[in-house]
Amino acid sequence: MSYLELRDISKVYGEGAAEVCALQRIDLSVDAGSLVAVMGTSGSGKSTLLTIAGSLEEPTSGEVYIEGRPLSSLSRNGKAQLRRQSVGYVFQDYNLLAGLSAVENVSLPLELDGVAARKAQAAALESLENFGLKDRASHYPDQMSGGERQRVAIARAVAGNRRLLLADEPSGALDSTNAETVMRLILAACHRGMAAVVVTHDAQLASWADRVVFLRDGRVIDQTLPVTNPEAILADLPNL
Amino acid sequence: MSIRHALLALLSEGPKYGLQLRQEFEARTGEVWPLNVGQVYTTLQRLERDGLVEPDDSTVDEGPQKGFHITEEGAAELAEWLRTPPDLSSPPRDELVIKVLVAVKLPGVDVHEVVQVHRRYLVELMQQWTRLKEDESRFDLNFALVVDAELFRLDSLIRWLDTADGRLKRAAAEGGERTPQAFPLPKARRKVGVRP
Repeated sequence: MSYLELRDISKVYGEGAAEVCALQRIDLSVDAGSLVAVMGTSGSGKSTLLTIAGSLEEPTSGEVYIEGRPLSSLSRNGKAQLRRQSVGYVFQDYNLLAGLSAVENVSLPLELDGVAARKAQAAALESLENFGLKDRASHYPDQMSGGERQRVAIARAVAGNRRLLLADEPSGALDSTNAETVMRLILAACHRGMAAVVVTHDAQLASWADRVVFLRDGRVIDQTLPVTNPEAILADLPNL
Repeated sequence: MSIRHALLALLSEGPKYGLQLRQEFEARTGEVWPLNVGQVYTTLQRLERDGLVEPDDSTVDEGPQKGFHITEEGAAELAEWLRTPPDLSSPPRDELVIKVLVAVKLPGVDVHEVVQVHRRYLVELMQQWTRLKEDESRFDLNFALVVDAELFRLDSLIRWLDTADGRLKRAAAEGGERTPQAFPLPKARRKVGVRP
């Protein structure tokens, strides 16, 4: 069953002559344990798609389902609770709080959701450890490299029992080595059962996904077929 | 890729015989490029003819197989080859570029659709390479370097398609083609993709 499903989603900003259709009749489903990349150029609507999928923004029409529940059936507080408990976000610029250490950044959303401080800290440390950041737990964002900050942001996004990871250009500010590390971590989270959506213009990032969906002018125009036998690509190489 | 220089590189580590050279070559290229053993022996004969390798007496223990070692001339040739950049100065013949250029002019053809067909195919190829890279158990350094090179090559093609897509969209919004430039590009550049 799909963990996340977008059905016939459209989003229009403005009215009359100023009307801009950011998304048009989008259908997208993401299973638990799978990574879907949404690829498109700037202005294609991919960030809008992500904010609607994560209930940060309302669609003009259509319905978003998370674990089979339509978001429109939830109250404002219900959506906020769903966001805190089930959805993790990763942004290009990390969005870490400068005055908090790595472990505090990871534990804060759990505490805001009512988890006891000690328990939240234990979960945060466990998450940081999973991402190879145990020895950075007490460091502040400005004491860490860009790659480390993004790893903290991913650790925060998956801490607790969150099941859906939404990432907007998660390695946009990183070099290719750190970008690969970030994608390996997101993929590892999927192997542990998370559903993930990564929006990006970068084909190298998108190529880590099980499926790549192409967005253009707010419409899904195409998608890749599943990779069934990657070894075949080696057999196709000519002999020297 | 020059088998001649790859074999010289392997022989610069010490004397080796033909089958050993083939095995080591494949291991060094992450087993991505298989090498025909007949080519190894033919290349060794030519290297010997050119004075770049010599039969090696110290490898007689390897049975009937003939061993070789690199000569001083061979080492000098290898050092020069390593430092000589491949010719990248002029645009290569590129079928993808030609197809997009043809699609722009063809009535009844949506060039953006043509671009997307190629974009999807390239992304699917990249997914296959990335799947191979994902499995770290088989991931030695040489294999990683080969896979990275292929991913960056495919990525550069996708970037070109994205840029072409955007440029064509802007051109259409501005009312089609512009008049020829007063200052044309150098002749070689105008022949992109059609070099014989």
